[in-house]
Amino acid sequence: MTDTDAPYLTLAGVRKSFGAFTALDNVSLAVERGEMMLFLGPSGCGKTTLLRIIAGLETQDAGTIVQSGRDVSRLPAAKRDYGIVFQSYALFPNLTIFANVAYGLVNRRGEHAAIVARVRELLSLVGLADAGAKYPGQLSGGQQQRVALARALAPAPGLLLLDEPLSALDALERLRLRGEIRALQQRLGVTTIMVTHDQEEALSMADRIVVMNQGRIEQVGAPRVVYETPATPFTADFVGKVNVLPAVCEGGGRFKVGALSLVVAGSMQTQGTAVRLYLRPEDIALQANGAHVPNEVGATVLKVEFLGAFCLVGVTLTDAGTGPLVLNVPRHTADAAGLVRGAAVNLCLPPDAMRVLN
Amino acid sequence: MASTAILGDRAPPRIKPLVGGEDRFAQVLFVAACATLALFLLAPLAMILVKSVQDKDGGFVGLALFSSYLATPALQQSIWNTLWVASAVTALTVPLAFIFAYALTRSRMPGKAFFRVIALTPLLAPSLLAAISFIQWFGNQGLLKGLLGAVSIYGPLGIVLSSMYATFPHALMIVLTALLLADGRLYEAAESLRTPTWRKFATITFPGAKYGIVSAAMVVFSYTVSDFGIPKVIGGNFNMLAVDIFKEVIGQQNFNRGAVVSLVLLFPVLLAFGVDWLMQGRQSAQFSARAVAYVPKRQPWFDAGMFAYCAGIAILLLAVLGMAVYTSFIKLWPYDKSFSLRHYTFGLIDGGVISSYFNSVHMALATAFFGTLFIFGSAYLLEKTRGLPGTRAVMRLLTAIPMAVPGMVLGLGYILFFNAPANPLNGLYHTMTILVLATIVHYYTSSHLTAVTALKALDDEFEAVSASLKVPFYKTFFRVTVPVCLPAVLDIGRYLFVNAMVTISAVVFLYSPATQLASVAVLNLDEAGEIGPAAAMATLIVATSSAVCIVYAIVTRILLTRTQAWRVAAPDK
Repeated sequence: MTDTDAPYLTLAGVRKSFGAFTALDNVSLAVERGEMMLFLGPSGCGKTTLLRIIAGLETQDAGTIVQSGRDVSRLPAAKRDYGIVFQSYALFPNLTIFANVAYGLVNRRGEHAAIVARVRELLSLVGLADAGAKYPGQLSGGQQQRVALARALAPAPGLLLLDEPLSALDALERLRLRGEIRALQQRLGVTTIMVTHDQEEALSMADRIVVMNQGRIEQVGAPRVVYETPATPFTADFVGKVNVLPAVCEGGGRFKVGALSLVVAGSMQTQGTAVRLYLRPEDIALQANGAHVPNEVGATVLKVEFLGAFCLVGVTLTDAGTGPLVLNVPRHTADAAGLVRGAAVNLCLPPDAMRVLN
Repeated sequence: MASTAILGDRAPPRIKPLVGGEDRFAQVLFVAACATLALFLLAPLAMILVKSVQDKDGGFVGLALFSSYLATPALQQSIWNTLWVASAVTALTVPLAFIFAYALTRSRMPGKAFFRVIALTPLLAPSLLAAISFIQWFGNQGLLKGLLGAVSIYGPLGIVLSSMYATFPHALMIVLTALLLADGRLYEAAESLRTPTWRKFATITFPGAKYGIVSAAMVVFSYTVSDFGIPKVIGGNFNMLAVDIFKEVIGQQNFNRGAVVSLVLLFPVLLAFGVDWLMQGRQSAQFSARAVAYVPKRQPWFDAGMFAYCAGIAILLLAVLGMAVYTSFIKLWPYDKSFSLRHYTFGLIDGGVISSYFNSVHMALATAFFGTLFIFGSAYLLEKTRGLPGTRAVMRLLTAIPMAVPGMVLGLGYILFFNAPANPLNGLYHTMTILVLATIVHYYTSSHLTAVTALKALDDEFEAVSASLKVPFYKTFFRVTVPVCLPAVLDIGRYLFVNAMVTISAVVFLYSPATQLASVAVLNLDEAGEIGPAAAMATLIVATSSAVCIVYAIVTRILLTRTQAWRVAAPDK
């Protein structure tokens, strides 16, 4: 079963509850060899529990875990093959950086010279070649997390687990380390699972994202797929901002929103079904008067929130009878269109950008 | 792109994890630790329960002993005496300690470190020392006897004063901790709202320290109820429960009756412990991790007043300690006050009593070494290894119980349990080992809490990281856990050593002529009217405890300097 086509890690029917609380409800998943997979969801969605079950730090109530063709479902943590990095770094404070990185190597009775070479290699890999003699307390948070990464990778594990590794860092450090981790992962080709609640982190780092909610997997897919074609209302709402329009299907790809009738590309709902239309703020286009496009609607500007490069523009659609919509408009476009509170504008709701979900 | 593999919806049977060899090893160690503590704590206590419903020949008599006991007027009097004396000590000591702690935390008076050290000196002496000292000051031949008029120091007055001396540092440490936790931002907010001082006290200081005050009151109350040395020495004919147990057991050899009295003694202490436990449970959510330390402002009049108060208390405390030391170095109170070492040379060495001092040092060293090893090791296994949730809950309970068991009760349980001919551990009776065991168990709870606090400050994930790196837990224990927790480990050792030197109630039933301890010798010398040698022995105990504390302070300082490269913030000591 160790042929390279089989998934590296397969979870099947994993369940876990803590008392009356169901942390994981029948989770099944396959992770490909060399892939970087991100578990994304709000706190309490079960993503960390799932990671800890993969690590053997928690035991699932039911379900199997197969790693590289080996059933590890019941194995204790020490018998599995992975390296792990925690949000808190968990570096041993009384050991030097060198000793921390060597911690898992010494025990395997490698030769001393080989260990020294391996630690040097890893420290330069994470950009801390000169820090070996220091103690963790003397490094910044970002540097400590790099050391934790080096320590986890030192024994060359088949699987790398990252439990919110960036959450304790300040914003700049987080951005920098995000790129470094991804680059390192791609360079080493190590299968990696990372847990995060930050959607931007997930979109920027992942090969595939697993969106989780209340112990269940909502969607698994590449970042673009998850963002552009969310499979569930939860995904649409949790990943990125989204406008929601309650609508009724009129058949023939047309949907009635208040007094408006909108066209949605590729929809197959039966007539009379109550649905919701999902539309990203940046997909709504400002329309010059006179040009004829599908789904052209009139609207009134409620407020303009200046965010630097972009403006968030709140509008109400004329005749739609819905709550306000939000548009994401580049600063210059907003200026050119004269978007101020109370202004009347024409908008286009592009048929191919709208998603229909029940 | 591969998609999610949904492999059916059926629910397979519940997974049982395989336990690795190292985890199994840790669990075996943990169960062994739990069983050991149960054997040396629960089994003796259970024996007391059994004996209290039996007659001398082992026949079951139900609650007959209790009813005959409670019907005895003299013993009813003991219960009443014990309760009112303990209440009086509590009512006097806690406010005195609170003001002292308030001065240490809320004023800018000079000499805070000095006052703090002086206030803690009573911890270094057996409780008897205070009683001896008060007899020297106010007794029949006392220097200040005239001040008392017709009132005798032998009786409730002496017990209250001596107990106040002995409990003052206990109350102070608890209240001090509570006041130190104050959030400076609350005072700044109150300041900005122009809150008057009394209102800041009533709305910020007092509510913040309230649980500490309750806790201190319960500790003082329990201490006074449980202490046996003070009423024995200065109580005269005034009966207290702890002395009654002693009389029943040692005087009349009536173990069953002793068991009954000790259960009566256990009751108020358990009650106090229960109240404290309930209050602590409510407190937890009160402090945020982001609290900012309060820095007092200079207020000349207030600071001067607080300085005068603390100086007054310090002088009184030193007068008690000083009188005992002075007594040990003069020829014969009050007739010949010339300097002499005869109480040491003639009274202790030639009298052969000095061997009990060496017994004490021997016992204290063994208690500190084996106690620290067992308590820290067990706390580690409890907090940092996995599995066996049921045993873990039992262990948590076991570690809390010793705090609620008076030393006399524990000691009596030890006689009943280990002196039973059928007990295979019967050989321990009258050995040094049993004294060490009783002392470790008696002082278990505080030591355990120190260990747990230190262990909880470590990152929870060290063990997970070690497992992922295939490093066995014991290796991480020795390479990381122990070095990082070393200050706490030393602290436990010092605490056990000093308490082993001064304790009397836990060991008074358990020593043999060959293993008599220094604190017991003080008691026996005093009983024989040899107050000079008794004071000399008490002074030796204080000197030894002080020396150990000084060595501890030096070692800790060196350790922190050497390891400051990795210790970000040195622990507050």
